Amino acid sequence: MTGTLLSLSGLTKAYPGVVANDDISFDIREGEVHALLGENGAGKSTLVKMIYGLVKPDSGTMTLRGAPYAPAEPRAARASGVAMVFQHFSLFDALSVAENIALGMEDPPKPRDLARQIREVSETYGLPLDPYRTVGTLSAGERQRVEIIRCLLQNPKLLIMDEPTSVLTPQEVEILFTTLRKLAAEGTAILYISHKLEEIRTLCDHATILRLGQKVATCTPAETTARELAEMMVGASLKAPEAHGRTPGDVVLEIRDLSLPAPGDFGTALRRISMALRAGEILGIGGVAGNGQDELLAALSGERRSAPDAILFKGQPLGHLGPGARRRLGLLAAPEERLGHAAAPDMSLTENAALTAMGRKGLVRNGLVGWGRAEDFAREVIAAFDVRTPGADTAARALSGGNLQKFVIGREVMQAPEVLVVNQPTWGVDAAAAAAIRQALIDLAAKGCAVIAISQDLDELMEIADRFAALNEGRLTASKPMAGLTLDQIGMMMGGAHDMEAAHVET
Amino acid sequence: MDLTSINPVLLIASLMVSATPILLAAMGEMVVEKSGVLNLGVEGMMITGAITGFAIAVNTGSPALGFIAAAAGAAMLALAFGILTQFLLSNQVATGLGLTLVGLGLSSLIGKPYEGIKSPTLPRLDLGPLSDIPVLGRMLFSHDIMVYFSLALVAAVWAVLKFTRAGLVLRAVGESHDAAHALGYKVVRVRLLAILFGGACAGLGGAYLSLVRVPQWTEGMTAGAGWIALAIVVFASWRAGRVLVGAYLFGGITVLQLNLQAAGAQVPVALLSASPYLITILVLVIISVRGVHGAPASLGRPFHASH
Repeated sequence: MTGTLLSLSGLTKAYPGVVANDDISFDIREGEVHALLGENGAGKSTLVKMIYGLVKPDSGTMTLRGAPYAPAEPRAARASGVAMVFQHFSLFDALSVAENIALGMEDPPKPRDLARQIREVSETYGLPLDPYRTVGTLSAGERQRVEIIRCLLQNPKLLIMDEPTSVLTPQEVEILFTTLRKLAAEGTAILYISHKLEEIRTLCDHATILRLGQKVATCTPAETTARELAEMMVGASLKAPEAHGRTPGDVVLEIRDLSLPAPGDFGTALRRISMALRAGEILGIGGVAGNGQDELLAALSGERRSAPDAILFKGQPLGHLGPGARRRLGLLAAPEERLGHAAAPDMSLTENAALTAMGRKGLVRNGLVGWGRAEDFAREVIAAFDVRTPGADTAARALSGGNLQKFVIGREVMQAPEVLVVNQPTWGVDAAAAAAIRQALIDLAAKGCAVIAISQDLDELMEIADRFAALNEGRLTASKPMAGLTLDQIGMMMGGAHDMEAAHVET
Repeated sequence: MDLTSINPVLLIASLMVSATPILLAAMGEMVVEKSGVLNLGVEGMMITGAITGFAIAVNTGSPALGFIAAAAGAAMLALAFGILTQFLLSNQVATGLGLTLVGLGLSSLIGKPYEGIKSPTLPRLDLGPLSDIPVLGRMLFSHDIMVYFSLALVAAVWAVLKFTRAGLVLRAVGESHDAAHALGYKVVRVRLLAILFGGACAGLGGAYLSLVRVPQWTEGMTAGAGWIALAIVVFASWRAGRVLVGAYLFGGITVLQLNLQAAGAQVPVALLSASPYLITILVLVIISVRGVHGAPASLGRPFHASH
């Protein structure tokens, strides 16, 4: 158990304008769970892509069990016993579980044998899965099982997991950890990428921390506090959002029995959603991805219309109104997908600002867009939210994820909404930008705006929300005060228990 | 109008012949689209195949060589499309439309000296006793080899896509090129091969027009068959069996309207001639109202391996 499995020495990879990895060296031992820790953009993904043969290092060497290791492509990496579970699942929605798994194998057995093997492995490791289901119909947790089983069928010596828990319920995380510990006990090394410190402290034997492409330290997480880890990761102390202490006002938004059919083959139907939202409070809506988050946002923003009485804004029915009319009334929304939904990728920040702010900021007069005023507004957003960009005429696509997210949220906040709905406000955003966005939402609520924050990041919701509700298969639970909720209760609300039950019944 | 003048046996026999070019082209295009590439240049590749096949068959006296040359010629044109869209990342729709224009122009240039010549044509395949069966023999077993080749192609494409690893990889590439790339499959290579196959099939379809169905060269003789083939792929929701149904349905309407004209139907001739196209549009509208099912998720999206 103590032999060195994979040794990295001086790995360097540069892209135009940025050194993604700079002289990185560390060892992974057999049978250990080794964490790779760092902020977004610290170079974690590039490093594992080099190990998996997707990217070639500019310089540096790797040795696997003493032999030189330089995979030219993922196929070679898999042949050497290195397998990877991707952050954004590399699955094919329209194909079955068995077909997806066959695609990831060098030499797949006959379909019937493969189906049997899938059942065997999935039972051994407590990951129930039906080989003949179409992947598009699976939940996020089940999709991850497909990836893990695909890897396990090849008896890997090293299993790379890229942020595996970001889409799982707490209960599903427990199952995953049990599986990983079992694997490690059998001698498989696991390289575990995450930025969730508590997870790493409970699961991992060693941790290597990256910052700005450089290795900061390798340490034993169980002997290091989360705070120390965080500071090594970020390099400076973080500003935690200020405490709430808000007093909610009158009900501004009410949803009554809102039901909408699923928008497409792989969408989720909304089922009899009811809730009331008061001025000055933040309602956090949790849930595993794909349980109706996008659909709920679309129903609130006006992208999808419903019966007029299903959504009441200050007592006025607006379920039948489109996004423009709702914006003018004061109900604003920022969807999850930054590029292509919240912002038009090839249009400038000024144009993107004008697209949602036209009505509320009076940017259109006599049918003509006042581009001067639009640019002033874009500049205000850029200044107020510290958006790092050469200027307001830069294309949205050119901004990094965090900066664009600050702009997209800032654009709505600066329009002084009465109700703001955000979906995944800090998804894929580095810690500093995430803190700024959360603070902006808290400040907005303090000014009397009602905020609905839909997020899969429970830590985030615990930090900012006054009340918590969860979406599960298109149903919204009754909301409870955030203070006093335990992780277990939240997990139950998110339908984790229900999901596990279903998974067992399937086999 | 005298409907008794329409002989159902001859109707079906000529339906099979008239559907074969579209069937070949549509089968090829379906494979291309299954790999996630939208090649709108089917018409151009068909007519290039038609003239290449015609010219080689006339000069060598061998229709078989003509068909081989047609497949090769149209595949060359498809290769140009492949290089432009897969390596130089040009827009697939615009490049496909350009390919059609190039094919039409090129074919009329090459075809000038061949106008008014009759080409050697394919003999009927001697199927022995099968051809002697009353009614059925005349209807199904008295055709040339390309008709049976096209039917075998449908079965082969269906089986390859459904049962083989190559078919699975092709579908995977068309479904999500990023995921396929992450697993280490050569997205561009798979797509290029599919594009070449699609070109060769379209070329065979074109040559069938100029060597068997007509058989002579007229400028622009494909007359929209390539576009119909494209529509049939959508009509068939990207399934081989349904492509066959779609192609024969269209072939049937084409032949039927000719027969109705001959029988003196009291409908304007222009409307009858347009009926196959009108019905195609109608079917496509019905399909899209129901929601497009089965389109490869990466269809028409450019792939670049840099990220």
